[in-house]
Amino acid sequence: MKARTARRIAQVFFFTLFLFFVVVTDLRYLKGYPVSLFLELDPLVSFATAITTHTIYMGLLWSVLLILPTLLFGRVFCNWICPYGILHHFVGWLLGKRRAEERERIEANRYRKLYSLKYVILIAMIVAAICGSLQIGWLDPICLFHRSMTVAILPILNLFFPSSIYVRQYFHVGAWVVGFLLLFLVAMNVVIPRFFCRVLCPLGAFLGTLAPVALWRIDRDPHKCVDCDLCLKGCEGASDPHTQLRKSECFVCFNCIEDCPEDALSFKFMPQLQREITAPVVPARRAFLGTLVGLTFYAFGRASGASDRNYDKKVIRPPGSVEEKDFLDRCIKCDQCLRVCPTNVLQPAMMESGLEGIWTPILNMKIGYCELNCTLCGQVCPTGAIQRITIEEKTGTGTFVDEGPIRLGTAFFDRGRCLPWAMETPCVVCEEVCPVSPKAIYSREVTFTKRDGNLITLRQPYVDPALCIGCGICEHECPVTDEAAIRVTAVGETRSRDRRLLMDGGVTSAPRSLEGKQR
Amino acid sequence: MSRESDSAAAGQPDPAAKDGINRREFLVRAGATGALLAGAAAGGYALWQPKHFVPGFQPEKGLQLPSYALAPDKLLPSLAIAHGTDHDKTIRAVISALGGMGRFVKKGDVVMLKPNVAFDTPPPLAATTHPETLRAVAKLVLEAGAARVYIADNPINSPTGCFWKSGLRQVADDLNLDLMYPESSSFAPLQLNGEVLRNWTFFHEPFKKATKVIGVAPCKDHNLCRASMTMKNWYGLLGGRRSQFHQYIHSIVSDFALMMKPTLVVLDGMNVLMKNGPTGGRLSDVKQMGTVVAGTDMVAVDSYGYTHLMERDLAELTYIHKAHERGLGNKNWQDLIYKEVQA
Repeated sequence: MKARTARRIAQVFFFTLFLFFVVVTDLRYLKGYPVSLFLELDPLVSFATAITTHTIYMGLLWSVLLILPTLLFGRVFCNWICPYGILHHFVGWLLGKRRAEERERIEANRYRKLYSLKYVILIAMIVAAICGSLQIGWLDPICLFHRSMTVAILPILNLFFPSSIYVRQYFHVGAWVVGFLLLFLVAMNVVIPRFFCRVLCPLGAFLGTLAPVALWRIDRDPHKCVDCDLCLKGCEGASDPHTQLRKSECFVCFNCIEDCPEDALSFKFMPQLQREITAPVVPARRAFLGTLVGLTFYAFGRASGASDRNYDKKVIRPPGSVEEKDFLDRCIKCDQCLRVCPTNVLQPAMMESGLEGIWTPILNMKIGYCELNCTLCGQVCPTGAIQRITIEEKTGTGTFVDEGPIRLGTAFFDRGRCLPWAMETPCVVCEEVCPVSPKAIYSREVTFTKRDGNLITLRQPYVDPALCIGCGICEHECPVTDEAAIRVTAVGETRSRDRRLLMDGGVTSAPRSLEGKQR
Repeated sequence: MSRESDSAAAGQPDPAAKDGINRREFLVRAGATGALLAGAAAGGYALWQPKHFVPGFQPEKGLQLPSYALAPDKLLPSLAIAHGTDHDKTIRAVISALGGMGRFVKKGDVVMLKPNVAFDTPPPLAATTHPETLRAVAKLVLEAGAARVYIADNPINSPTGCFWKSGLRQVADDLNLDLMYPESSSFAPLQLNGEVLRNWTFFHEPFKKATKVIGVAPCKDHNLCRASMTMKNWYGLLGGRRSQFHQYIHSIVSDFALMMKPTLVVLDGMNVLMKNGPTGGRLSDVKQMGTVVAGTDMVAVDSYGYTHLMERDLAELTYIHKAHERGLGNKNWQDLIYKEVQA
């Protein structure tokens, strides 16, 4: 079998596998599939989270596996496994490469200085990580692709083909930003083939720094070579196989070997290194610039105080999330939690959690609510930003009675908007749907004289803050739909001691027969 | 003029340039212009909206739901109560006390089973129809020769989670029943002359082919309307802004008795959610009652359920009295032919 055929089979396989995982990340299809496998295989994710947390969380250890082929062959990942790379390869072929003249294609695949930008981006991200701000998710291809699928592509598919992906249409705040970014990056293949992979990809840069030690590499026999440059015709990585091979740029696609009319190129075990430019070319000034960008990004982000005293009331994190600064250490913005969330409550943050928290998950009770007996977001989170908690840990039952439930925030009534409080109208839907027992929302029957002189008896609702877990179903179901008469805000969340509301979790006034253990 | 100079500038002699355009070309162009104009005028007139309207106040039309009820029977009981410990045996006992499932379902019938799957909670918490109850009813329906059996509900929590954790999806899978999720395309407006409920979006998909409807409801406490039983169960067939119902909850629940004329209702009182309803949440909220009630009159079934299963005073259950007064059922269940059996 030709190497090119083998590569194509691998590409179809891994791309299909990725799509399969994306589609089955849904309550209906749960069967224990390793849906975050690609993220767990991503060595940049584990390397960067190891910098920020000094640990490698659970399945991220799989990424060690991916180091091995890189050390043996170079960046095979980029052209054989990476679903995002495969997408760009395919789109590049579809949009231009196929039709273009041979000369044009050769020129499009020559190395450019611009391609060192990805190393500068990688440096900036690693410097930010060292400071304590994990930002690889912006451009890490696996995170980026997962996010694009979840936030933009799947909801759009469901718009055109209702009920194909979701039972009820999902919405995502800022889907158009994520969608346009994907569109832009894909369309750039027309201008520069594999634009994202060659210019921006920090994972490619990470693997590119490992690739120089690879044992097998493309080797050109200068005695056979007639300098026709035809090897550049299909060169995916723009790695200059026609002269000194840039090993850190080579995607090991084998196109050059098959396109060479003189059989001058071969894949050899430990060829002579002097015929190569082995290491990535990053001028010191640009490396310094990358360092500066990473530092300032962290500093400007933190200086606004969004992760500290100036935290936003809307930054309500998924159940099992670690404390906010640790969250920013771990969250890679892959938005797998959004994908699996059965109520669509999880949304990619825009500016709510500051510059650093863009696209991290927050709860939007207008769109959904946190399902009581559900911990799926933590099950798929590859980095432990949302810990893999059990239902018992979440609800504070079973052996976790002493710890009490995990609270996401606290519900507050807006009496000026509440029907029984302000408008002499019966309601208390909030009490009905409150899922905890005893209910955190209770009501008192009151009878008073209405404006027309008639008596009315109705129930007016209250929140027991010692029982409220901040799930937000009250806000979600409130008939005052534009700005609910009961709203959950982040204060009272158990993940942070600084953001708690009641000392020791407070004391409930529920009747003894209804009372449970509280935190 | 400009045309002439343009052609001259381009250096191409134009045969028509001397005398303008010829007659033939003139006719073709004039014809095309006329046709285009006529087309635009016709299209514009066809789309023309000559009068304004007030947004949000268009007359509403909706579908009418047929009655699925059997003709009244003077000899067979219309209410049965069975006591037992095993779901399957108790349900078989209650249905055979009514004369067997053959009375309600004939060979070839398409049967819609309506459980209450409102919440994403496990069966022991009794906030949803117990899977073994649904399984027993569905088995009887299949044994009676039903051609197809649908299961459908529009839960308050996420549909997929509700059907999964309540154990009902498993029942549907095991018995090969058609589980219908409330997809947006499954709804259509329903027209009703209710006290409050007049035009509302309705989960119509399962009713397109159904010939018989059986409600299978749990018996549970409700914070606002006091109890959710077989009448309140039909709430799950409605879509839209349901949280407005609570402003007229008793009228709405009695309107459900007008909206739906089921073939049969089954009230599962094996385990009753006595407090913190309708969600429950703790095992201590649930009381074992070991009873199943079934009948053709929802009002009678719920009346028995409220007094004998919830063990409360019927006087406070406003919607039962409303339904009774409106002639939608009989709250005095003792006045009906009924049978009480031990499984």
